[in-house]
Amino acid sequence: MSILSQLNSPAMYLICGSIILFVAAVCVFFLIRAYRAGKAIGMDTTKMKRAITSSATFALLPSVGILLGVIALSGSLGTPLPWLRLSVIGALHYETQVAEAAAEQVGLSHLSASEMTPTAFTTIALLMSFCIMWGMVLSVFFNKRYLNRLQSPGKKTPGQSFGDSAMTAMFIGLVCAYIGSYIGGFVSGKGLFTFSGDWTPLAVVFVAGLTMAGFIWLSEKKKAAWVENFSIAGSMIIAMAAAVLIRSFA
Amino acid sequence: MNESEKNLYLEKYNDRTHVWGRIVCIVVLILLIGAPFLMGACLGAMPDLGAFGRGFLSVGLVWMVSSVAEYLIYTPMLGAGGGYLAFITGNLINMKIPCAVNARDIAGTKTGTAENEVISTLSIAASSLVTILVLAAGVVLLVPLQPILQDPALQPAFDNVVPALFGAMAYKYFRHNMKIALVPLVFMSLLFILVPALTSSTSFMIIPSGAIAIGISFWFFRRKANAADPH
Repeated sequence: MSILSQLNSPAMYLICGSIILFVAAVCVFFLIRAYRAGKAIGMDTTKMKRAITSSATFALLPSVGILLGVIALSGSLGTPLPWLRLSVIGALHYETQVAEAAAEQVGLSHLSASEMTPTAFTTIALLMSFCIMWGMVLSVFFNKRYLNRLQSPGKKTPGQSFGDSAMTAMFIGLVCAYIGSYIGGFVSGKGLFTFSGDWTPLAVVFVAGLTMAGFIWLSEKKKAAWVENFSIAGSMIIAMAAAVLIRSFA
Repeated sequence: MNESEKNLYLEKYNDRTHVWGRIVCIVVLILLIGAPFLMGACLGAMPDLGAFGRGFLSVGLVWMVSSVAEYLIYTPMLGAGGGYLAFITGNLINMKIPCAVNARDIAGTKTGTAENEVISTLSIAASSLVTILVLAAGVVLLVPLQPILQDPALQPAFDNVVPALFGAMAYKYFRHNMKIALVPLVFMSLLFILVPALTSSTSFMIIPSGAIAIGISFWFFRRKANAADPH
């Protein structure tokens, strides 16, 4: 039996599938709890449903991108482990890097099925799970204290708090870092100030922004509020399609 | 429900969220660390703990620092329920954080309020479920889907999921906050232009970029507060 047949055996699917099923059940449980709590404190159910719908549509395209990560890793690690890793705690940018680095540490020249052994596989699987679990560990020990320190309900009204502005600013900082990296990649990606790096991500940012502007115009000026639920996913689809066109003609 | 009943209910809800969140995190941690050993039992080969230790020292420590930074930065954005779920299901930067911020914006809730806690949890749970379903469907349909998804013509689309996401979010957030966005955007662009090697560490560069944006935002916040109440 080849190593990939072993890694894709029903037992492997059963182990990984059971954990994923558990995590899915946890998500349903938290979703129902939050919805009931929102209703109990008198929140508008339409708003809650819109939050669910927009988040679900929002997640569709990035999820297809994550699926590509599963496919990319399935050639060397089989399908069940990448499926588990990218469904639970995993991050697209993390898994491939750690799997490659872990493969080197267990004596493989690179991550590939031709060199994979059962011991190497289980060691890589353990490393991939262990290296990224710290967010959960910290949540267990510090979440309550950390959040209680940041939020002191009843002591001040949200209008007087800087918290909301700080969170928006942090997100703006996050977006600036990524857009800055695309600008840097284009200007100096192939040598300082050569302007010969990959400009596709910058063009994609521009098209996505422009499309978003169109959706916001529809939502605000034409009173089509429903558009807002699909504006991110719609902007992403058009910008990703633009990337295909750019690379086809560039 | 009057105000005191509501506060009592929320206090109880929050306490239970932490209890459930902790229980679930501990169970998932046990399952994740246990899974490689269970797989090892099936394959007849346990993990090599020596190689594991070396691997952890070479790559694990970097990700440990990254995880701690992610925890400190993103937990306040996600709230209690959303935080537990997001750290269990992962993909924070490329999905959960933008998703929660977008849901907050659509619902018009404020960070730190009970309403935001509910919206954030709903958003993270819904997006996590979609990812789980898409991956499950993808795994079931792997054979017919593989040639389509790996078609070279479509690769630029999937290579640019993150720029597409941040382009859309940039317009949405920059248009009302250009005064806050301008300095970090120019600073980060110059930094990446002058030190292109930093591109591989973009997730770490979020920290200085966010700090600059928060600093500017705080300056405007104080100025507005002083203008409203000069004494």
